Amino acid sequence: MTLTQPTNSRPTARDNVNTKEAGFLKKLFKNKLAAFGLGVTILMVIVAVFAPLIATHTPNSMDLANTLASAGVEGHLLGTDNYGRDLFSRIVYGARVSLIVGVSAVLLGAILGTLLGLLAGYFGGKLDSIIMRTMDGLFAFPFILLAITLMTVLGQGLVNVIIAIGVANIPGFARIVRGQVLSVKEEEFIEVTNSLGATHPRIIFYHILPNCLAPLIVYGTMSIAGAIISEAALSFLGLGVQPPTASWGSILKDGKDFLVLNPQMATFSGLAILITVLGINLFGDGLRDALDPKMKV
Amino acid sequence: MGKYFLRRLIDLLPTVFVVAIIVFIITRLIPGNPAAVMLGPTASVEDIEKLTEQLGLNEPLYQQFFSYITGLLQGDFGTSLSYNQPVTELIMERFPNTLVLAVAALIIALVIGIPAGMISASRHNSILDYTVMLISLIGVSMPIFWLGVMLVLYFSVGLGWFPATGMGTLSEGLIPYLKHLALPAITLATIPMATFARITRSSMLEVLSQEYIKTARAKGVSEFWVISKHAFKNSLTPILTVLGMQISMLLGGAVLTETIFSWPGMGRLIVDAIDKRDFVVVQGTVLFIAIIFVVVNLLVDMLYKVVNPRVNYLSKKGGGGK
Repeated sequence: MTLTQPTNSRPTARDNVNTKEAGFLKKLFKNKLAAFGLGVTILMVIVAVFAPLIATHTPNSMDLANTLASAGVEGHLLGTDNYGRDLFSRIVYGARVSLIVGVSAVLLGAILGTLLGLLAGYFGGKLDSIIMRTMDGLFAFPFILLAITLMTVLGQGLVNVIIAIGVANIPGFARIVRGQVLSVKEEEFIEVTNSLGATHPRIIFYHILPNCLAPLIVYGTMSIAGAIISEAALSFLGLGVQPPTASWGSILKDGKDFLVLNPQMATFSGLAILITVLGINLFGDGLRDALDPKMKV
Repeated sequence: MGKYFLRRLIDLLPTVFVVAIIVFIITRLIPGNPAAVMLGPTASVEDIEKLTEQLGLNEPLYQQFFSYITGLLQGDFGTSLSYNQPVTELIMERFPNTLVLAVAALIIALVIGIPAGMISASRHNSILDYTVMLISLIGVSMPIFWLGVMLVLYFSVGLGWFPATGMGTLSEGLIPYLKHLALPAITLATIPMATFARITRSSMLEVLSQEYIKTARAKGVSEFWVISKHAFKNSLTPILTVLGMQISMLLGGAVLTETIFSWPGMGRLIVDAIDKRDFVVVQGTVLFIAIIFVVVNLLVDMLYKVVNPRVNYLSKKGGGGK
């Protein structure tokens, strides 16, 4: 679809970009595992978007006469939980929380981290030292521990989960972008742009940032998988989204308490996390091989 | 070499200082009066005032920070309200338990992960290679808190082979002790194990394509020797980089693993403290874990030098290192 029309004129810069895109897509889809990963990811997005159409019951409606029912009982595809809520429907709705948190938290971390990385790498000197020392400090906390600590302070809730995981994502993006900026900055075209009188914001956002995009996209994709696991982990610890909102982590938390009576609660909520994260990671691996083979995430 | 280590040690101090500042700032983000939050909704005004004074929360922020830093320099992480005990004591009671779990997990991860990666690289593009890579990709995508619960379901509840929770003591005998350790250690080892397999494979494949390996093969050196000596030794640097990062994974993962298996370590201490709103314990333990991570990474950095004596970090400036 992105292939260029054959023309008689000399190849332009746009043609060059199109050929590059076509090459990248060809490389990406040649990798069957990456295509499979993309398929799984798209499927999860569809489940999240069309949750009301896919779910067989209202996710939060309780049926206390019918708690911990086995799979298939009274039209409950995967059975019910300890409040008699339909497990299948809750898992379907759980996809929404996972994907909203995964994407929003990574966007938050990526925007702030990229900005800090650009500033540190481009201006260097004391600003670089201050920013990167702070990032080193944040990096000293195991990712999930930083998110847990922030959640302890912020309190439960969807927005707070996004903030906590977003903040924990900042140092990773800052380091990657700073590294890229340092190498791009030395290239001749930046010197030329500079001598032509371009302003700092113009050089940073129009010339340097586009050259950082490949590793950013790869790292961002992998980070979404990490953010989904982190959200589930926080909810598993009772620090994530507020009940009764269905989240894969909180279903697993409840499932742990009813492991003997109703193992499907823990089993299927965890499987949903694993399949989604595996799909995104497979796609991310393929993206890396196609975009930036030297990167070792 | 000594000069290098000293330089790295001095380099570490600003990071530890920044870590302390971050923890201080985060705990000051608690909305309202932290003393009121800690005591809960039923607390009387007098009690809240008393605790506010005890924690120094009525002092100006700069003074609070100064007392906090001077306390830390003397090894004082504060006193826990719920345990009525110095946080340092609580940490020291539980740190050995987390260490046992983390070391056991690291051993499992290294002993299985590295050979798996080596075998995969030496049988590149074979079914064995694909299998190892698929399993390791599932491993890095694994929500370990789910894996832990599933291991309990099948191996403790189902088969009854291992205890579901708790930590045994050596006085009960080595076998019961190891039985308690097995499931938590396997759970915690999963992600590092898969990561080691992936990184060992990719760095070995890079080394195996180099000229000197071809020369060694041409000279008739056996494949086993080529892989285990020539190739492995030269692919150690990326493995070490990953080792540093996995320490973070182990310490963070310990919070989840210890919660599932009721393992009396630092992770469990943090989660319990959160339940009891004991922020002093949360603050102290998180800070301690961050410092441990920084120090362990310094040790890993030193290993670089041992593995590859040509590395000269004295000329290296700034962070990043990517």
